[in-house]
Amino acid sequence: MAKFTLNINGKALEVDVDPSTPMLWVLRDHLKLVGTKYGCGIAQCGACTIHLGDTAVRSCMLTVSSVGNQEVTTIEGLSEHGDHPVQKAWLEVDVPQCGYCQAGQIMTASALLKQNPKPSETEIEMAMNGNICRCGTYTRIKKAVQLAAESGS
Amino acid sequence: MTLVTSKMGRRAFIKNTSLAGGGLVLGFNLLNSCKPKTTEAVVAELEMPKEWYEINGYLKIGDNGVVTILSPNPEIGQNVRTSMPMILADELEIDWKNVVVEQAPLNTDLYSWQVAGGSRSIMNSWESLRMAGATARHMLKEAAAQAWQVPVGEISAVAGVLSHEASGNSAGYGEMASLASQMEVPEEVELKDRSEFSIIGTSRKNVDGKKIVTGQPLFGIDVQREGMLIAGLAHPPAFGMKLKSFDAAEAKNMPGIRDVFSIKLYDEGFKKSAFHHTAFNELVAVIGETTWEVMQAKKALKIEWEQASESVESMSILGREMTVKHPTGMENSDTHNAKLKELNTRKGRVARKDGNPEAAFAKAAKIIERNYSCPFLAHNTMEPMNFFANVTEDHAELLGPTQTPEWMEPAVAERLGLPLENVDIQMTRQGGGFGRRLYGHFMVEAAVISQKMKAPVKLVYSREDDMSQGMYRPSYYATYRAGLDEDNNLIAFHVKAGGVPESPLFANRFPAGAIDNYLAEDYTIDSNITTGAFRAPRSNFIAGAEQSFLDEVAEEMGKDPIDFRLELLQRAKENPVGDPETNDYDAARYAGVLDLVREKSNWGQNESGVYRGVSAYFCHNSYVAQVLDMVMDNGNPIVQKVTSAIDCGIVVNPDAATNMAEGGAVDGIGHAMYSALTFKDGAPEQTNFDRYRLIRHSEAPKEIEVHFVDNGIDPTGMGEPPFPPIMGALANALYKATGRRHYHQPFISDRPPLVG
Ligand code: FES
Ligand code: FES
Repeated sequence: MAKFTLNINGKALEVDVDPSTPMLWVLRDHLKLVGTKYGCGIAQCGACTIHLGDTAVRSCMLTVSSVGNQEVTTIEGLSEHGDHPVQKAWLEVDVPQCGYCQAGQIMTASALLKQNPKPSETEIEMAMNGNICRCGTYTRIKKAVQLAAESGS
Repeated sequence: MTLVTSKMGRRAFIKNTSLAGGGLVLGFNLLNSCKPKTTEAVVAELEMPKEWYEINGYLKIGDNGVVTILSPNPEIGQNVRTSMPMILADELEIDWKNVVVEQAPLNTDLYSWQVAGGSRSIMNSWESLRMAGATARHMLKEAAAQAWQVPVGEISAVAGVLSHEASGNSAGYGEMASLASQMEVPEEVELKDRSEFSIIGTSRKNVDGKKIVTGQPLFGIDVQREGMLIAGLAHPPAFGMKLKSFDAAEAKNMPGIRDVFSIKLYDEGFKKSAFHHTAFNELVAVIGETTWEVMQAKKALKIEWEQASESVESMSILGREMTVKHPTGMENSDTHNAKLKELNTRKGRVARKDGNPEAAFAKAAKIIERNYSCPFLAHNTMEPMNFFANVTEDHAELLGPTQTPEWMEPAVAERLGLPLENVDIQMTRQGGGFGRRLYGHFMVEAAVISQKMKAPVKLVYSREDDMSQGMYRPSYYATYRAGLDEDNNLIAFHVKAGGVPESPLFANRFPAGAIDNYLAEDYTIDSNITTGAFRAPRSNFIAGAEQSFLDEVAEEMGKDPIDFRLELLQRAKENPVGDPETNDYDAARYAGVLDLVREKSNWGQNESGVYRGVSAYFCHNSYVAQVLDMVMDNGNPIVQKVTSAIDCGIVVNPDAATNMAEGGAVDGIGHAMYSALTFKDGAPEQTNFDRYRLIRHSEAPKEIEVHFVDNGIDPTGMGEPPFPPIMGALANALYKATGRRHYHQPFISDRPPLVG
């Protein structure tokens, strides 16, 4: 066990965990931030996507000890009132079916738009390819990313 | 308005009122003081009332006119949590923006069919939801009539406002709610005419949308409770094995681990239903403080497994009895496939025979014969199996994702030794179902562990546990034969279909009834790999096989594939072969979706470089036709567009139904093209998404168009029907694009053998 002070959603949060614990479980079990989802645990599905700085990363294979004082953003901290342009676009397009993958999708999409505010269709496809949606909402996801890009994120 | 007899009784609002308030950590907490933060994108913030008045088991009305509607059925992504309350709200005649939705707990006294299965949620509850709304509207009118001392017939109710024109009186529902709750439940109520619907048939956004996009706790896996422990389970690594012994010394000493023990799920002699079944009755449970610690400790377990002996169990399934036989030994996909091929050359069980197929084939000028197959599939709901249980001496509280709370409750009660009424089951939103959560052994597992630990426990499966646990889509095989005479008329048709462990055959579905000489046979192979319903069971293979075959027959006959199907349907409609009651489809509705898809896809006006395939199928009481447009990019097939035409009767929430239909198309293309679960020595060879391939974003159709037939028929199935036919459309488009027919799923690996 070791103590870590993490910078999550703009707050300094302390946890006492084994250094090899993935951020996914630190967030979910220790910090009760359960918006970040478990889907595979091996960086294959994207359900656990968070931001490290401006980059989308898979939290299931990111150990707590490797995070240091980097800025971590989870779905809960993407916007204060749930009104990030990507979240708004998601609601406008009514993307979710079961909804389970969507936090990860939104985190990947918002990181993409930060780095590339006007992505082409192919760039969207490539960026979103690591996020599985078992319900098959891909066409809506694309539409929502395009809508968010248009409305300027 | 139509006058119908009311079936609403005045019964307790919900079985256990303590559950309605404090017990719920998930679901809609709007009833408590915490109001959602909202943006312009979602419904305006609602003031909560000071007082609620229970009108019936489905709704309560606040003194300020806000209405809470309880949505009875499991929400697995089919959006019933929005569409079921919409039906009620329409009959109640309330403004949708004044509605809040709550998930109802299991209550078999109040609701029927609290099941997410068979695409029946809306269909089975259509009447009771309307009745609940209409009854409440009537009672509100009665209250107003009494308050104003005017005849009830003169009161109108529009958008939550009661008024009496002659006297100029008017009041909101909230003002009359208290009095209405004391009114007699009417013997008869008026239901709206379809033309009067104001919510049904309009698109309303997902009531959980805001919570989903902000990452609020909604799912079973998100449940957190004071003092809650996490449990993981180790099951045999292969089907055909069982627990022999285990050494937990190391695991028990690992950080955060509270206990390790084995559990037995069902006692010998317990009369199971098919929904209780599991391949692994004895498991090793690891209980600890956090999920990661439990997952690590599970890896440190030293477990010895041994070969299980043969088992034969009789189980009930929806009132029928079935025998499930699990042979001994470790099975292989190669052996399965060889056996299926071999059985296919023998005579099967005759399921239907019209005319004289043998004679017709004997005199046919040409016979087309083709074989089709598909592998096992794992459901792979994005949210793995999990359940929360808090079992005390005399009470069990269960909370989590299940498609069949109603059918699991007796098993949990019996296993725990508690009376049924002391078992309370609540449902969370569920991260996908697809049939997997019809089989609720994980609920019993969680309950048994909690009972033993005397603590609240959340059982969580890892992805690997989930994918290797069983209840898979069976592996199937089918042979189709068509006989043509000299003039290229179709004179004989033969389908023989089998599988491990069930056959995918529907003997009385199209084209049965449309061909004079018809033969349908089936066969099965027993297996110890457990299987279950997977979105549109059996249809999810046989539709694609049949629709690819019909495409090939049409081509051989020199006919347009849509014309060919329509001609057969015309025959089935005008002069059906066999007893028309036996034919399991309505030829006119079937033809209807083909006509619609032909029109909407501009069939026949082919763009160059775009390859099209068509398919149509009937299942779960609904009809779906799809046209798939494919282009080739550097030898890779790209699905450009899917056009779907659907007849599922009245569409309650069109945009949400469109979403389901889009998902069905993506799901069907994905599984037919990419997915497979194979076995070696009883063990699945794919246990996570590195080896198990699911369709990804870039492989999905670029565009999906969905059209509904507007025929005013009461709603039929919607969750499953858009899934099966697309596999046929895909195969047919692939043929046009590549010049080669694809017969064996997943198509991505259905390549011609290398030569030389
Ligand atoms: S849970 Fe991290 S990528 Fe799947
Ligand atoms: S919405 Fe269900 S997995 Fe994406």
